[in-house]
Amino acid sequence: MGRIIKAALAGNPNSGKTTIFNNLTGARHHVANYPGVTVSTEEGDFTFGDTEFVLTDLPGTYSLAAYSPEERIARDFIIREKPDVVLNVVDATNIERNLYLTTQLMELGVPLVLVFNMSDMAQEHGAAIDIARLSTLLRVPVVETVGHKRRGMDEICRAAIDVVEGRREGCGVPLHYGHDIDPAIASIESEIGADKTFVPEVSARWMAVKLLENDACVREKITRTPVLELADRQRAHLAQLLGDRPETVIASRRYGFISGACTESLLPASVEARHIQSDKIDAVLTHPFWGLPIFLALMYVVFAFTFTLGDYPTGWLESFFGWAGGVIGGFWPEGSDSLLRSLLVDGIIGGVGGVISFLPNILLLFLAIAFLEDSGYMSRAAFIMDHLMHKIGLHGQSFIPMLIGFGCSVPAILATRTLDSRRDRITTIMIIPLMSCGARLTVYALIIPAFFPVHWQGPVLWLIYFTGILLAVGSAWVLRHTLLKGESVPMVMELPPYRIPTLLSVAVHTWERSWEYLKKAGTVILSISIVLWAMTAFPRKPGEAGAFAAEEAAAQDLYNQGIRDLAHQMDLPADFDLGSLLQDLPDDEFAIQDPGLAHFVSMLKQKRAIERRYAHHPVRGELHDDPVLLEKELLLTRLRSADPATCRLVAQYEEKVFGPRDQALRKIERRRHAEGLSYSMIGRLGHALDPVWRPMGFDWRIGTALIGAFAAKEVFVAQMGIIFASGGADGNADALRGQLRAAYSPLVGLCILLFTLISSPCLATVAATRKETESWGWAVFQMAWLTVLAYAVTVAVFQIGRLLGWGI
Amino acid sequence: MSEALKNLATVESGHQVELVRVNSGHAMQSRLASMGLVPGTMFKVVRNDHRGPFIIGLKGARVVLGRGMADRIEVR
Repeated sequence: MGRIIKAALAGNPNSGKTTIFNNLTGARHHVANYPGVTVSTEEGDFTFGDTEFVLTDLPGTYSLAAYSPEERIARDFIIREKPDVVLNVVDATNIERNLYLTTQLMELGVPLVLVFNMSDMAQEHGAAIDIARLSTLLRVPVVETVGHKRRGMDEICRAAIDVVEGRREGCGVPLHYGHDIDPAIASIESEIGADKTFVPEVSARWMAVKLLENDACVREKITRTPVLELADRQRAHLAQLLGDRPETVIASRRYGFISGACTESLLPASVEARHIQSDKIDAVLTHPFWGLPIFLALMYVVFAFTFTLGDYPTGWLESFFGWAGGVIGGFWPEGSDSLLRSLLVDGIIGGVGGVISFLPNILLLFLAIAFLEDSGYMSRAAFIMDHLMHKIGLHGQSFIPMLIGFGCSVPAILATRTLDSRRDRITTIMIIPLMSCGARLTVYALIIPAFFPVHWQGPVLWLIYFTGILLAVGSAWVLRHTLLKGESVPMVMELPPYRIPTLLSVAVHTWERSWEYLKKAGTVILSISIVLWAMTAFPRKPGEAGAFAAEEAAAQDLYNQGIRDLAHQMDLPADFDLGSLLQDLPDDEFAIQDPGLAHFVSMLKQKRAIERRYAHHPVRGELHDDPVLLEKELLLTRLRSADPATCRLVAQYEEKVFGPRDQALRKIERRRHAEGLSYSMIGRLGHALDPVWRPMGFDWRIGTALIGAFAAKEVFVAQMGIIFASGGADGNADALRGQLRAAYSPLVGLCILLFTLISSPCLATVAATRKETESWGWAVFQMAWLTVLAYAVTVAVFQIGRLLGWGI
Repeated sequence: MSEALKNLATVESGHQVELVRVNSGHAMQSRLASMGLVPGTMFKVVRNDHRGPFIIGLKGARVVLGRGMADRIEVR
């Protein structure tokens, strides 16, 4: 009772390993179509009978040679964590290649259970697997499973328990490399053993094999030079004897062992039939001439799908946050100066809401990418793009991370782990931020409709994406010819057979990436919104009573004059305080003694009620085209005809007396707010950097928002929302767009787009770059390079545009 | 099948060949080995468009090889 088994899942990419992991643990985890998606080890636990399993899903690898980060992660995990048993998932339709990893696991001496997955498909294609025979030959239990049908899961657990408890053999047969190599291994092994104080992590024999293979990680661990010298001598000797490098011969011998085992257990080493369908599809989709246009058309469909379909839910979310801001703001009395209200409405709802509003677009883009990945098309895209990518010194595989970069740079940077060459990896990481990510889309979605007519919006968006790709290509070329000079490493990549993605796997895949985005909104962006709000709110400008006193007094004087005229027209007594009455507007107008005045108050209230009811209806096109506006007009006409004389007085009050004062006071409030912002920390910073913004056509407000965008691109939208919140633009993108249109020219709009596209990536990307390049240098370089590039491009566009008189 | 060595880049689509030698560095050879490409392996050239990468079929899988790689592989 209460026994715990530590198990690890190992296997090739595309072997169905992750499906088995999900089946066993029920964990949310996605099926990876190419290595690099499952980048870190995932853990899950479950119980089988009275045994508790802690299962780790290792990255999918073809080998344990430790040349790629995945291979290193998988190998280090097995060596350091020493799992009780390793479940090695083998694609039953592709046994010979998959068993290569198995031979290396057997060399490590870990207890194994072989999981022959997709066995139904193998049988369908006529593969007769003599499981019992193979199991005896390899001395490891073999279990047949069908991952997507959850068949064979209990058998895996039973076999694992048997192996751990020693009821069945699991460590496999010792591999022999032939009469030429084996003595060399033995001699190195005894040399390692000569140092009694040295305790090898695995076994002296394993280290000896790895030294013959010239494994850099193992060489590092050997401190005694006699061992290394002996290994070098043996390598030279074998190379001469065998006419090839020892590691190549060792790999050949492993395959020799595998094909021997396969022949003896009457297995067809591979199933070619599963490619018949895929090859037919590939004849079209990867056609030398049509492949590229088909790919571009598909990308167009993906983006069209993302934007047309995403606009509806985005609109709903925007309305929701606008409504929430109104409700929460309503807890405080009108014109309240409460800091808490400002924090909640302007800071948090305005900031985070603005970002979450764009979740539908991002969700749809990730959905499309997940579909393409799971179907197997993504590797074909890499194949198609390889020729073009070579021209800029990269290869097709770099293209997959770049494509993911259109969603979010962070998973894109992680996906570069598939690239073998460090130069290729770094070049790709450096240019990924130029692939316009989903967060930047939030900025475009705000700016483009604000400045460009409908028929220009699509082309402008396309132009921005295209500019990013062009700059990425240019940057890659420059990097590959300067800092990262060197021959490009050719591509080696498996093309998995096409398959129809399962709904579950696409959904899980999409959810995982979108969750990352949401988490960012909930953590990074929430805190940044608060910090930015504080920078906007503090230090508070000391209230100067006299600042706008003259203007306020002038507005009040005009108002008083108007009130006096009205009182005179209504024949009210000279000492009657009409102003206070209209200010308060009593609920019960019948309490008013004067019948004429009571009627006036009633009419005023009715008119305002009608205005209020239709206030949120957007005015689009002509009046008579819009039934809602016609209805409003009808109500107002009916009111007018009921008592034309009083109605004229009401209109006079609204348009000549109350309205002007209201507008004047609002204007003063806006100026006061703007001065407060200007006085605040962020305003001062924005002002201080004014000479920097100016050549790009930006003012301190845009500059201030751009400072925020350094933290995360979406913050630009949130920040603009806060800066313009005084005009009642909180949470409402349309109102904000109106204000932007009034304040800036389309040329400035275009410059905002360009600067947002190119300039320094968000903090999360910088952190990812640092982690993946293992160097602050590259992270800082990326930040500086992109910012300088952004500045140069934006200044050039603004200055040239201004000279030519474009959109100003 | 001729006995003379030739460059993989010159092999037309649909031909079956045997890998003889890979003229590349340690890392690349190991990578190819992990995909099943070791001397003596028989494989089929599925696609050679004389431009861009290759597709080969070996041990029941389809593998894409960059053109630069194919130039360094000798087959017969």
